[in-house]
Amino acid sequence: MKLTKILMASSALTLAGSVAFAESHAMESPVAGEPMADSMTLVSWGGAYQASQQKAYVEPYLEMNPDVTITWDESSAEAVAKLRAMNEADNLTWDLVDVVASDAIRLCDEGLAMEVDHDEVLAPAPDGTDASDDFGDLIVSDCFIPQIVYSTTVGYRTDAEGWTGTPEDICALWDLENFPGQRSLERRPIGNLEWALLCDGVAKEDIYDVLETEEGQDRAFAKLDEIKDNVVWWTAGADTPQLLADGEIVMGSTYNGRLFSLIVEQDQPVEMLWDAQVFDLDGWIIPEGLPEERLNRVMDFLWFATDTQRLADQSKYISYGPARDSSAPMVSMHAELGVDMAPHMPTDPANSENTFLYNYEWWADYRDDLDAKFQAWLAQ
Amino acid sequence: MTAATTEPVTSRGESNLLGFSLPLVALLGAFLGFIAGNAAGWPLIGAIAGVVVGAGVTYLAGTSLREKRATGRWAVIGVCALLGLLVGGLGGLVGGAIVGAILGWVAYWLVRGDYRKGVPPYATAGQVLWHNAFLFICGLIFFFLIAPIMVVIPLSFNAEAFFTFTPEMLALDPEGYSLRHYRDFFSNSDWQLAMRNSLIIAPFATIIAVSLGTLAAIGLSQSHVPGRQAIMAILISPMIVPLIISATGMFFFYSAMGNWLEDNLGFSRELTGYIKVILAHAALGIPFVIITVTATLVGFDRSLTRASANLGAGPVKTFFSVQMPLILPGVISGGLFAFITSFDEVVVVLFVGAAAQKTLPWQMFIGLREQISPTILAVATILVTFSIILLTTVELLRRRSERLRGMSPG
Repeated sequence: MKLTKILMASSALTLAGSVAFAESHAMESPVAGEPMADSMTLVSWGGAYQASQQKAYVEPYLEMNPDVTITWDESSAEAVAKLRAMNEADNLTWDLVDVVASDAIRLCDEGLAMEVDHDEVLAPAPDGTDASDDFGDLIVSDCFIPQIVYSTTVGYRTDAEGWTGTPEDICALWDLENFPGQRSLERRPIGNLEWALLCDGVAKEDIYDVLETEEGQDRAFAKLDEIKDNVVWWTAGADTPQLLADGEIVMGSTYNGRLFSLIVEQDQPVEMLWDAQVFDLDGWIIPEGLPEERLNRVMDFLWFATDTQRLADQSKYISYGPARDSSAPMVSMHAELGVDMAPHMPTDPANSENTFLYNYEWWADYRDDLDAKFQAWLAQ
Repeated sequence: MTAATTEPVTSRGESNLLGFSLPLVALLGAFLGFIAGNAAGWPLIGAIAGVVVGAGVTYLAGTSLREKRATGRWAVIGVCALLGLLVGGLGGLVGGAIVGAILGWVAYWLVRGDYRKGVPPYATAGQVLWHNAFLFICGLIFFFLIAPIMVVIPLSFNAEAFFTFTPEMLALDPEGYSLRHYRDFFSNSDWQLAMRNSLIIAPFATIIAVSLGTLAAIGLSQSHVPGRQAIMAILISPMIVPLIISATGMFFFYSAMGNWLEDNLGFSRELTGYIKVILAHAALGIPFVIITVTATLVGFDRSLTRASANLGAGPVKTFFSVQMPLILPGVISGGLFAFITSFDEVVVVLFVGAAAQKTLPWQMFIGLREQISPTILAVATILVTFSIILLTTVELLRRRSERLRGMSPG
């Protein structure tokens, strides 16, 4: 391991050398050769996203390591609660957990996720750039290993009755006059309050300043009141696509990958908006306290599964942007449909023109308070 | 049936044709026509067509087609199916045929006075009404019990990846149906793992629950056991205590036990995982076995065991040759309950099990929450079929053994 590090440092001096080095050694993880467990439990979100992980890096990894078995647990939604319980019962059954950035920050603060040195556990880019530079700002926590960027955005049915025109921006959610019908929004304040203020005339850069004040919060809820009777609240990512396909709602928010699958793969009469979509991250955390052999297996897998090629491969199966800068130019066609994936990525320049950058740190401070307020408002 | 008994009914039917049967069937026709018309977008026209067809069929049933019930009913099915076909294509044809069948049946039922069949001739109108209302309520109860399960079956053949009756499906277009969700179930490694785990965990949990539960029930039926009520209450508690509470307790208890097994006996993580879930499920199944076996023991004649002992058989021999065959129906039905409890259980396995032990309900639950995939419906259909086959087999075996032993099947 030490030798690898020295080699890496020296190779960084000469660019040409470093490229050759990274290419020939990209497969060798820092724990190669050490004893490793032969089974691993990965925790993820199920559905199309988990399928993309399975195809892009789990299956290739199993091909390289035929005696390893990998089991999926689709429990990312309650990862925080379950890791707490596992920690208390001293019964850690998970090896690697896929969570959103805000959960990674919480788990890291509570000591339930392991802090990692990103340059040490993750492969450098093919051109030799360190992992921490390649991932850049997306490393929002010392425990968090980013995989993808995604957006929460709005899809609408193209055959809705009684509509005048087509929705052009996020405020179409509030335009009951031109776009009558039921909408769906996520059953949590994040995103909804920002959209409400945005459509109430607050400038994008002032939103969190306004939302910090009592009046600002009341203003956001008052705006939401306008459409409250027309909103179906969703909790699972699959809800809005199902409701849209059923025609139960005419527009609704969900993750952009779900809408991609609804529109392109399932061929439903639905279109999506790229306006003020809420940008978010998803990635791995390693639970704290893994025994050594299991940890070695996790490290070996992580090195492979988060390298430049694997993250680019994942975007062949789902329209989420790879978290590495070096993967972006390698995004190509959908593996089965042959559709060019770049225009469907939240990172595509045309789509990210009006992205809404959701503020993790702000929400970490205000989440509990606003969650309670939001639930109380829902019950009114 | 003789002419004397049909005569008064016939005359009542004729005299009431216009005042009683005709308006009723017309009203029903309006109602069904409204529903059918609503599906096509013209509720009012549907209702009017329903009134006309309902009144027409009742009039014909009461006059020229009175004795030709089959002809009359087929005719109205044909007319309604044709109307449906004109309005709604193939799906309309089926819908129309169903409406026609209902209207035709009700028209003849009313006109011929069949609604008085199950009641004595002296019953008042109120009693007749109540008798039929009672049958109707019973029918509704069956409907509400069965319909939610039945809806799942056609949906599982959906060609789309959603829980939706697509327009193609409603039009009975073969394009709208497919076996893709069944293919997914049989080719997806997650579902196969879940299936295998269910088939490992449920039988082992059942064997443990049946052995321990039967012994406990026999022991507790002896009058000299001290504290019988208290022991019984404790053994039954997993059935009474809310499952989520049992599950939380079991999570911590079996975590500690699993760690001990791994550290001291060197069991693998996977094996301990199975042991934990099997023991937890056995604990849930034991109350069912105790209750059913205790119930059969009430009818068990104790003097048989004394007679057996008198003839020189030891307690073990007595148990297997005398007592066991007689309480076997209770043991089997208890075992079935224990099996189904383990096979259907999702809360405890989510707590106690790890992902390597995920069972079918676990996979279905997770699948419903994260991805509303109709594969769940395909699995549900397979499980419903499996349950029906299982229960039918057990019932047939039970009847056969009772016949062999000279008892009447009850």
